[in-house]
Amino acid sequence: MSLDVLTFLFVGGSFALYIGIAIWARAGSTKEFYVAGGGVPPIANGMATAADWMSAASFISLAGLVSFIGRDGSAYLMGWTGGYVLLALLLAPYLRKFGKFTVPDFIGDRYYSQTARVIAVACTIVISFTYVAGQMRGVGIVFSRYLHVDINTGVIIGMAIVFFYAVLGGMKGITYTQVAQYCVLILAFTVPALFLSAQVTGHILPQIGLGATLDNGMSVLATLDQLSVDLGFSQYTSGKKSTIDIFCLTVALMCGTAGLPHVIVRFFTVPRVKDARISAGYALIFIALLYTAIPGVAGFGRVNLIQTLNGPDGSGASYEALKTDAKWFQQWENTGLIGWNDRNGDGKVQYAAGDAFNGAKGKPAFLEERGEHGQRLATNAKDDANFDPAKQPFANEVYVDRDIMVLANPDIAQLPNWVIALVAAGAVAAALSTAAGLLLVISTAISHDLMKKTINPNISDKQELLYARLAAIVAICIAGYFGINPPGFVAQVVALAFGLACASVFPAIIMGIFWTRHNSQGAIAGMLVGLVSTMCYMYYFAFGSGTPDQYFLGISPGGFGTVGAVLHIVVGFVVSSMTAAPPKEIQEIVADLRIPRGATEAHDH
Amino acid sequence: MSISNEQAQAYWRENLRIIMTHLAIWFVVSYGCAILFVEQLNEIPFFGFPLGFWFGQQGSIFVFVVLIWTYVFSMNKLDEKYDVHE
Repeated sequence: MSLDVLTFLFVGGSFALYIGIAIWARAGSTKEFYVAGGGVPPIANGMATAADWMSAASFISLAGLVSFIGRDGSAYLMGWTGGYVLLALLLAPYLRKFGKFTVPDFIGDRYYSQTARVIAVACTIVISFTYVAGQMRGVGIVFSRYLHVDINTGVIIGMAIVFFYAVLGGMKGITYTQVAQYCVLILAFTVPALFLSAQVTGHILPQIGLGATLDNGMSVLATLDQLSVDLGFSQYTSGKKSTIDIFCLTVALMCGTAGLPHVIVRFFTVPRVKDARISAGYALIFIALLYTAIPGVAGFGRVNLIQTLNGPDGSGASYEALKTDAKWFQQWENTGLIGWNDRNGDGKVQYAAGDAFNGAKGKPAFLEERGEHGQRLATNAKDDANFDPAKQPFANEVYVDRDIMVLANPDIAQLPNWVIALVAAGAVAAALSTAAGLLLVISTAISHDLMKKTINPNISDKQELLYARLAAIVAICIAGYFGINPPGFVAQVVALAFGLACASVFPAIIMGIFWTRHNSQGAIAGMLVGLVSTMCYMYYFAFGSGTPDQYFLGISPGGFGTVGAVLHIVVGFVVSSMTAAPPKEIQEIVADLRIPRGATEAHDH
Repeated sequence: MSISNEQAQAYWRENLRIIMTHLAIWFVVSYGCAILFVEQLNEIPFFGFPLGFWFGQQGSIFVFVVLIWTYVFSMNKLDEKYDVHE
C-alpha cells in the first residue's frame, strides 16, 4: 500500500477511536467535566498524565534538539522528567487531599484572598495559551507533510477533533482519550526507535544501542564526536553552555514542570491521596519509556543524517541522486523545513557547521522559483562559499529544521511505509492530547475560577458547565489562530511558560503546604515579584535591546525562572514574617493537608 | 481525624525525613553527576558512554523513576504505622 493510503488509515483510524471514546465518556456534571468525577484508576491516570505532558515538543522536537545540541540537551531530558519527582514528593498528595478542582482554587483558598486567586488565574491562562499555540502548529506540520493539505487546513482539522472531545467530554472524555493517545504515541515513537537502533548498532534497545560499538571499531558516541569535530561542530558529548546556565535551566524546567496547571490538575482526578502518589509513579514510567529512547533516536538520526547528506566518501551527495535515493530531502524542502544553497556550484549537497542562508538561525526565505537542479531558491542565500579550512572541509550548504528529525528519521533510515504512517499518527496524538488538556485548564480557569469563584458565585452547576463549554470553544479558536499565524517567537514564549510556572505557581504552592505561617500578603508579594522579574528579564532579552553579554550571572532567559523563584521565596518569607499570621482556620487547613486520611472526593464547597 | 497532635507532628517529621532523603539523591544524580561534576565523570567510560553524559541523558531518568516508587512504598508504610491510611 502507498504511504498516503497508509497514513490516511492510521491517522483516520486513530481519530475514529478518539471520537468513539469521547461519545462513550460524555460529561454530565461540572465534576465530571473538571475532574472526571474523581474516580480515575491510577494506572489510567498515569497514562493520561503522560499523554497530557508529552506534547508535540517532546514527540517531534526534543530528539531533534538533542541531536543538534548534543550534551546540552540533557537539561531538557532531566528537566522534563525530574519535575515529576518534585510533583510526587512535594505537591500531588497534598493537593489531592485539599480536594478542589484547580490550582487557583488552592491558591485562593489557602491564602484566603481573591487577589491571589486572580493572579493564579492569570498565570494559568498565560501559561496554557503559550503552550497550546505550539501544539496546533505541530498538528499543522504533520498534516502538511503527510496528507498534502496545507498547514492551515491541518490546523483546522485538528481544532475540529479537539473541539469534539474536549467540549463534549470535558475531563472525563479527555482522560480516556488520552489513555488511547498514549498508546498510539508510545508505539509510534518506540517502533522506529527499535528499528533504527537495530539497523545502526545491532542492538534492539536504543538505550543500550547508543553505547554500542559500530563497524568502524568506535562507539556511536565516539563516532559522533569525530564526525562533529571534522565538520566544524563542537563535540557531541561536550557542552557549549556554561555550568551555571545549564544548572538554572534545569531547575527552571523541573520546577516549571511541577508548576504547570494542566499537569497538576491531573492529580485531582484520582480517588485517594495514595493514588495521587502512585499515579505520579506510573506517569514517570510511561514518560521515561519515551524519554530514555530520545538520546538514541537523536544520536542515530544525527549519524544517518550526516552520512546521507555528505555521501559515503564524506565529500557531499549529488542533489540529483538524493531526489531518487533520499526522497525525504526534497519532500521536506517542499514544506520549507529543509533548504539547499549550492554555494560552491558543484551540484552536491554539503553539510557542515555554519549557516547557508542569512536568515535568523540560518533559515531560508524561499522564492517560488526553482534552481537548475530543481532546488528551491531563497532570497537570502549566501552568495559566497567562504569557510575556515582549518576547521571544516567545505562550507555548509544546508538548512535543516531541528523539528523534522523525528518525523524524517524513518524516511532517512528507509524504514517500511507503515512505520512512517504510524509516526504521523503518533505525532498528531501527542499534539492533540496536550492541546486538549490545556484547553480544559483554560476553560476551567474562566468558568470556575473567574465566573463562579470571583464574579458571580450564584450561578448554577448547569450554567457553570455552559460557561466552561463556551470558554473551551473560544480557547480553541484562539489556539487555532495562533496555529495558523504562529508568532515568530514560539521558542521564547514556551520558555516564558516554564519560567512563569517556576517563578510564580510552584513556590506559592510549596510554601502554602510546607510553611503554615505563610500568609496572603507574603504570597501575593512573592508571586508578583517572581512574575514581574521573570517577565521583564525575558521581555528585555527577547524583544528589547538585551544582548547575551548582559545576562545576569550568565543565565539565559530560559533559566531565569530559577532566579525568579528564589526572589519569590525570599520576598514571600520577609513580607510574611513582618505581617500577621494567617487566621487559625487556615492553619488548621494546612495541618489537615498533611494527613492523608479523610480525603473526600474533589468537591465544590 | 483520629490521631493526636503529637502523633500528627511525629508523622510529619518522618514524612519530611523521607522527602529530604529522596530529594538528596535526586539532586546528586541530576545536578551533581550530570552538571556540576560532568567533566570529571566523563573521564570514566560506562558501557560505551562517558559516565557524566550517561547520567545526563539516561541514568538520572532511571533513578527518578526508582525514587518515586521507593517514596510511594515508604509513604504507604508510614501511613499505616501512624494509622492515617485511607
